[in-house]
Amino acid sequence: MFQLRQKVVQRSDPLIVLAPVLAILLALVLGGILLLLLGRDPILAYRAMWDGAIGNPFENTTSLANTLTRAIPLMLVATGICVAFRGGVINIGSEGQLFVGALAVVALSAYVGDSLPALVYVPLSLVVGFAGGAIWGAIPGFLRARFSVNEILCTIMMNQIAIQLLNIMLSGPLRDPSTNVTQSARLPEAVWLGRMLPPTRLHTGIFVALIATVVTWLLLWRTPIGYRIRAVGQNREASRYAGISVPLYIILALTLSGGLAGLGGAVELTGVSRRMVSGFAAGYGFSGIVVAIFGRLHPLGAIPSALLFSAMVTGAERMQRTVQVHYETIIAIQGIVVLFAVSSSMWVQRRAARRLAIDVSMGRSDDNPGSGAGDVRPAEA
Amino acid sequence: MDERTLLDVLVAASALTLASAMPFLYSALGEVFSQLSGVFNLGVEGIMLMGAFVSIYFASDMGLDAGLLLGVLAGIVTGALLGLVMAFVSVTMHADQGISGIGITLLGRGLSTTLFILLADGVLLVESFQPVRIPLLSDLPILGDILFNQNVMVYGALLLVPLTAWLLRRTTWGLQIRAVGQNPAAADAMGVNVVRVRYSAVILGGAMAGLAGASMPLALTNVFQVNMTAGLGFIAVAMVYFGGWSPWRVMVGSLLFSAAYNLQIWVQVLDVKLFGETIPVNVLLMIPYVLAIIVLVFARDMQRFRPQAMNRPFRRGD
Repeated sequence: MFQLRQKVVQRSDPLIVLAPVLAILLALVLGGILLLLLGRDPILAYRAMWDGAIGNPFENTTSLANTLTRAIPLMLVATGICVAFRGGVINIGSEGQLFVGALAVVALSAYVGDSLPALVYVPLSLVVGFAGGAIWGAIPGFLRARFSVNEILCTIMMNQIAIQLLNIMLSGPLRDPSTNVTQSARLPEAVWLGRMLPPTRLHTGIFVALIATVVTWLLLWRTPIGYRIRAVGQNREASRYAGISVPLYIILALTLSGGLAGLGGAVELTGVSRRMVSGFAAGYGFSGIVVAIFGRLHPLGAIPSALLFSAMVTGAERMQRTVQVHYETIIAIQGIVVLFAVSSSMWVQRRAARRLAIDVSMGRSDDNPGSGAGDVRPAEA
Repeated sequence: MDERTLLDVLVAASALTLASAMPFLYSALGEVFSQLSGVFNLGVEGIMLMGAFVSIYFASDMGLDAGLLLGVLAGIVTGALLGLVMAFVSVTMHADQGISGIGITLLGRGLSTTLFILLADGVLLVESFQPVRIPLLSDLPILGDILFNQNVMVYGALLLVPLTAWLLRRTTWGLQIRAVGQNPAAADAMGVNVVRVRYSAVILGGAMAGLAGASMPLALTNVFQVNMTAGLGFIAVAMVYFGGWSPWRVMVGSLLFSAAYNLQIWVQVLDVKLFGETIPVNVLLMIPYVLAIIVLVFARDMQRFRPQAMNRPFRRGD
């Protein structure tokens, strides 16, 4: 019946698609007003943003390639966040999981050197990156399942621990011995992901990201494991009565979630920077949350959503140069988008539920009794 | 250690630990109000950043030069406004609270950085609150220098602990807050305006987070820096969990975490060594967060004090 109701909601209400678009427009308008108040020309700023993000792809593909490059880790991180959300847990720890995934690849290359052929080395690095992130996600998953530790807070703390771990590794064991800078040595060429459009940094990791989102979608909606993850996310009590091991699937959801973020770290490392520097890929974790929510918590939704936010961030850098507005303005705009998106999606859901309540008498509609701090009500599938 | 005895250094380190517990106290006590009413406000981090920037921008002669008191006031008002946004999104729009909080955090972080660069060219210094010796009490040996030779904002934070406890336990409004957090439907049936009580609690929590932010540049560091809270607001939210929503236990947690944050100083003072070597700074910086997770695990008994309706939007007829 739940499924049926959702279908009705989807078909009958154009607002469900319109709401997020309106959210982003409103956020951009608010951002424009802010720019105006600060004495900057918003049209000039947004035009610079467009040029930096897309430009004219027929003449010069650089801007577009930059946007695509940046979308790769965002897509993976956001897909991971979707898995956690669907399992009824909130993963704020993607930032740390991404770091640890990349760090694992650096450790691998420090251990293996360049003794492996690319055909083995590249897939191995992806697996190792996934594993690194998965471990960093499994820890809060275990603590949540076993000790009911609030996973939001725990994953936030794990982020900070990962940042320090990164610093320790870069100033100690994994440090490039040839310089005084805190960075790792350059990775061996055999582990690099190929660049597709030199001189831009667009790399083949984009296929990894696209495949991972599709596989995640299939896993969640076409396999028993995915079904159980979502069942636990919808209603823990009912899942328990149905014989599903709730703790196991909570741990699994956070592990997969962390693994995808770790994979994001691995491709960013082997495709773009090719060495670990301090401040590596900072901000992707939090932006990934925004991307996931904007993609309606659906892995396939993460693809266009990642492209959109990547364009915003890439464009913001150009904007900074043109109108001297710090690119962190875009973080503020992302915050506004999140607030609009979460408000409007609940509002639209309630509106649809109210309409339907005329025909069908319902009990509790979109509440998850007993799901504690991870009381997530995923949007429509 | 020339001329100063170990005792003097210990006293100074203790006084500093107490002073830097101040932002934790303000923000975590504010979060107690918010969470007890049923709203998990994860936006504290962003509200603190905005409070910190606005307050120093008002107070500093490199900004508006309006004086320290107006600076504090501006920080409080900024926090209350962001609290209002949080209340609107989570109470009126029924949005998911954890995610709304992340939205507020991103907004506060992005906006404070943008304004800091644009309005102040990235530099803001201020002549901060000076310590005020309390007559007689400050002459006590040891304790006098630790407790009674602090600035007014530290005293204020400490006084807020009993005040918060009293408000929550002995006033009608405090009881209403706890009622709407435990069982909003029952409170509603008794004639309590759930929406209004939640708004007031979240706005107060926001104002206190703004005050916490103001306390950092105005009573602790003298400067504003980009992202200067560095996760402190999230720790404050965690502190409310393992403080079991009690102001007194939150105070204990604040002191504990302040000590963990100042571990570098303590390690130096006490000359702690690990396997005969100095402990790397990054390891020390990691410890507060490891500690937070460990404490969250061991504080799970506190879950029995958890407001039952936290994270649940209220609407009649559910």
